[in-house]
Amino acid sequence: MARFTPENEALAREVIARYPRPKSATIPLCHLAQEQDGYLTEDAMAHVAELVGCTPAEVLGTASFYEMFKLHPVGKYCLNVCTNISCQLLGGEELLERAEERLGIRAGGTTPDGMVTLEDVECIAACTEAPAVQVNYRYVERITPEQLDTLIDDLRAGRSEVPPHGTLGTTRQRTAGRLANVTPPEQQGEPVWIARHRVAAEASGTGETS
Amino acid sequence: MNSPSGTGAAGGVGAAAEGVPAVVSSRFEVAEGHTLVGYKTSGSYRGYEALRAVLDMAPDAVTAQVKDATLLGRGGAGFPAGVKWGFCPPGVWPRYIVVNGDESEPGTFKDRLLMERDPHQLIEGCLIAAYAIGAAQVFLYVRGEMPHAQERIAAALNEAYEANLVGQNILGTDFSVDIVLHWGAGAYIVGEETALIESLEGNRGMPRLKPPFFPAAKGVYLQPTIVNNVETLSNLPWLFNHGVEAYRAVGTEASPGTRLIALSGHVNRPGVYEVPQGTTTFRELFEAEHYGAGIRDGNELKMFIPGGASAPWFFPEQVDLPLEGRVVGGEGSMLGSGAIVVMDHTTDAVRACLRVVRFFARESCGKCTPCREGTTWEEKILQRILDGHGRPSDIDLLLDVADNISPGPYPVAADPANGLDAVPFPPRQTTICPLGPSSVAPITSAIRRFRHEFEARITRRDPIPVTAEPVLVGAGAPADEVSDGAPDAASDGASARLRGTFDSGAPAVPADGPRVMSLGATPGTDAPDPGGSEPAEVRDAGAEDASPAAEEPTRKRGSFDV
Repeated sequence: MARFTPENEALAREVIARYPRPKSATIPLCHLAQEQDGYLTEDAMAHVAELVGCTPAEVLGTASFYEMFKLHPVGKYCLNVCTNISCQLLGGEELLERAEERLGIRAGGTTPDGMVTLEDVECIAACTEAPAVQVNYRYVERITPEQLDTLIDDLRAGRSEVPPHGTLGTTRQRTAGRLANVTPPEQQGEPVWIARHRVAAEASGTGETS
Repeated sequence: MNSPSGTGAAGGVGAAAEGVPAVVSSRFEVAEGHTLVGYKTSGSYRGYEALRAVLDMAPDAVTAQVKDATLLGRGGAGFPAGVKWGFCPPGVWPRYIVVNGDESEPGTFKDRLLMERDPHQLIEGCLIAAYAIGAAQVFLYVRGEMPHAQERIAAALNEAYEANLVGQNILGTDFSVDIVLHWGAGAYIVGEETALIESLEGNRGMPRLKPPFFPAAKGVYLQPTIVNNVETLSNLPWLFNHGVEAYRAVGTEASPGTRLIALSGHVNRPGVYEVPQGTTTFRELFEAEHYGAGIRDGNELKMFIPGGASAPWFFPEQVDLPLEGRVVGGEGSMLGSGAIVVMDHTTDAVRACLRVVRFFARESCGKCTPCREGTTWEEKILQRILDGHGRPSDIDLLLDVADNISPGPYPVAADPANGLDAVPFPPRQTTICPLGPSSVAPITSAIRRFRHEFEARITRRDPIPVTAEPVLVGAGAPADEVSDGAPDAASDGASARLRGTFDSGAPAVPADGPRVMSLGATPGTDAPDPGGSEPAEVRDAGAEDASPAAEEPTRKRGSFDV
């Protein structure tokens, strides 16, 4: 499992078709690869490169910039503890320490059983609901130390409804056969409704163009 | 939008105050507000009616109305959206719209709510903007770490395509546009518009140099591109339902309309509140029962960040300022992305400062040297101060590093107690984008106001307990304790203690309980001793003597014993 499965490759081609230039699909396809394998493998990056028409090094170059792309295996559940300012003020750093202790690993590490990877993350946009953590990017807000303990125990025991690491939004945008107007920029001209109003304005003598 | 919930399944959301229209938040508490039916049947207007009205107007007239309304960008810079739209060079096609939903400014939590709870509102906003500027395509860039928002938007887009509200010949007219949902992958810098465009093209999210070309002239695929924030576009449906006059009736002349403010930190009721721009004050936001309901535990306000982590800090003297971009800018900070972080007197200024700086150090993209190196060094220096390895020269070193990222006087709030005036926003920068200069904000803010805390961290050997009840220097504290306070440390016996022999300085150590330091609960009374310039020098000299002694054991272990 590393290159896309036939189903995922079909999905990948649908994603690419949404963009005027295929390379724009690099990040969405890396997400798809990560969803398939749990992390971003070298073979997957090579396959992404083939599909979007660039080199594997370019895909690696892009993927390595972004924190969500894991270039090595991670746990089934990524437990992200926010320690940024709003969460710090309400105990985020203490929660991280507690999680480290309970899991027996440092932030950035994975438990030996491969169930949980612990991360110390930057602001996850739940500031008014601090302190907050995410499990595979699903929020648990206003969490107490005791709730964190329970959450960790559940994750280690596999008692969680959260899909495994790599799966983000499970509802996908369906665009097959629906796209109206996606072509490379060179093939695009003035939109018809703009042209219609421009012609009308010119005819009426106001002469305004956009 | 009635009574705010405080704790909801996905977060507490506060209501607009009475008499304030819910421009963008009217469906936050509606269970089915995120569906097409919900959008058409609930909230402060009927969904997609504005689009129908707009499709009967000339595109230029739509832009003109947005200009007339003075719809200011809600992403941070506060630039008028209508003016931005007008920057597209005439006759150059295709044009694109990129929606900035990569919300990651620390303290900011509003775009996620808008995307999760009212995705159709955003979609209708996108359509109105696309019609006005003649966009071929809209890219809706949602932060990668928000799967719930991604799902809600995907579902809404699928519904909208199905209902012929997006795509080919929308509502039977000649207006056709595609809206494509795009996910990010975790990088704060991608919130900067040119970095967002790079990311959308499949590259590392590093900002582009501008000028010469701003995105409106050359953006995605080097075509004219309008980058707008989620909240900005979410204002459009209400605006075109209720009209420019109704929109301008809220807020002030220069900043009309409402804003979503994420109030977090040490308040009793943190939440996201829709407030009229310019007329609400910070005090009202902190104290009013329908907003923050006061500082937690009845504590004193120590400081607050008025506009996200990038904004210089404000202090109790600034609480009566209105939430108005220009006023706040003139007073040395910014409203930014509508994120207010409140810190009470138990907050450790050094620790808070380090936390914010560490964020910028981690998120620097590495393109510009002053930012890449500068933020990293700022973090290292602050960390060593916090760890007890600070050097007396570190405070000036921090300011020097900061000055290399943002030269000249950095925006900072006034400090009337010490006769210091505000330095107005914005900062100057030696970098392409404002990320580097933003890292300076907590440093200059904290050092200017709480220099004594930094000094205490550097010169005192024991950890500094931050107590709930600050003991004010000279306000009833035992004499020994007072003389132990850092600012007065140069008095008799100080030099001995400063050479790393705190323990032997018996008279200075109060036997009756932990030593405490005052933390700015009542600014002015406990500010660093204004006459402290001489003691500071003595202290520096003394501590400099101390540092080699402190390091010696480590060096021995490292170089001789092995």
